[in-house]
Amino acid sequence: MDRRTFLLQSGKLLVLSAPAAIAWEHVLAGEPQAAPNYQASDHWWAMIVEIEKCIGCGSCVRACKAENDVPDEPYFFRTWVERYRINPEDPEHPIVDSPNGGFDGFPPVPDEQGAWKSFFVPKLCNHCVDSPCEQVCPVGATFRSPDGVVLVDADYCVGCRYCVQACPYGCRFIDPRTHTADKCTLCYHRISKGLTTACCETCPTSARRLADLKNPADPIHEFLRTNKVQVLKPQMATRPKVYYNDLDGSVR
Amino acid sequence: MGFKFQDYEHLLRLAGLFAAGIFLFLITQAVLVPADFGTYGHYRAGALEVAAKKPVVHGGERSCVECHEDVVATRAPGRHAAVRCESCHGPHAAHAAGEAAGVKPNPAKLCVRCHEQTSARPAAFPQVKSADHAGGETCTTCHQPHAPGVS
Repeated sequence: MDRRTFLLQSGKLLVLSAPAAIAWEHVLAGEPQAAPNYQASDHWWAMIVEIEKCIGCGSCVRACKAENDVPDEPYFFRTWVERYRINPEDPEHPIVDSPNGGFDGFPPVPDEQGAWKSFFVPKLCNHCVDSPCEQVCPVGATFRSPDGVVLVDADYCVGCRYCVQACPYGCRFIDPRTHTADKCTLCYHRISKGLTTACCETCPTSARRLADLKNPADPIHEFLRTNKVQVLKPQMATRPKVYYNDLDGSVR
Repeated sequence: MGFKFQDYEHLLRLAGLFAAGIFLFLITQAVLVPADFGTYGHYRAGALEVAAKKPVVHGGERSCVECHEDVVATRAPGRHAAVRCESCHGPHAAHAAGEAAGVKPNPAKLCVRCHEQTSARPAAFPQVKSADHAGGETCTTCHQPHAPGVS
């Protein structure tokens, strides 16, 4: 074996050694199905939100805070609901409010004069395919899992706040207890056990529905084909995976 | 001939410094970067396991119907059949596991969360002004949440 061949071979072995070693560990332990790249590759998670079904009861916000140990103080939300009220004489400037993220529902508004249009918009992390937060993270603490969920590694996060700034949807916050970034995980601990997310579980009108784009039997395929579906801020080219039906053009 | 490289000792020292620096970098990287970093991408693969192993707080509909079959039968003909139990009762995974008592929500506050009339709700959704509609009485005087309709 000449020197060039030796260097090429050892270089290849060096590059492949880490994942191969991990996979080999699992094989030696007698559980090849737990080796890397087996789990999660069968799913590509998304969510459907139907604006016309949302009644602004706040069950999803309460469920999310209870399920994921989100601080109860205002301004810390993994999911929240906004109310839009549009004056027909000034449709470009909707009035938007979200008292405590919709946690306690919404107070009634004074009866509007004329044909105002008002509706609720639930919001959460869009789990973008090309997420800006993932790009700006200097330590690889925020990442997109093989099944399409954008997660935060709290052990690795240094709390620099670049991702909070970078997210165009305002979905991130700094947890005041750990001083690390926090955000919607799409209830990863639930969907990996076959359950739906906490907000989908508790929505009384099923305005939210978890969807798996890699499952050909999932109703989302028919839904996307037969409805006028929109995503938030498509001009940002982040390729979000939360699909909104009946979304008004004034929603930001 | 020897004149050109009479100061070659400097090159040797620089090479030594570079080698020491590279060695130090590799050692530091090996110590600070977890072994599973980069398995799937630019992140620590163990973080997926950490995220997946957190405890479940909402047990889900299935965990309720395993025991409360009678409630399922009561709800089936009503308009709340599609509403899941934890929408009103709150998280109950601990109760399903036998570690906590069940919680009955307060009807004075529960029903108005959804059914209080507001213009932002869909027009077809059943909603009332509770002050006018109930006259101060609780909703459960006339309606049963498991199968609403006037009883």
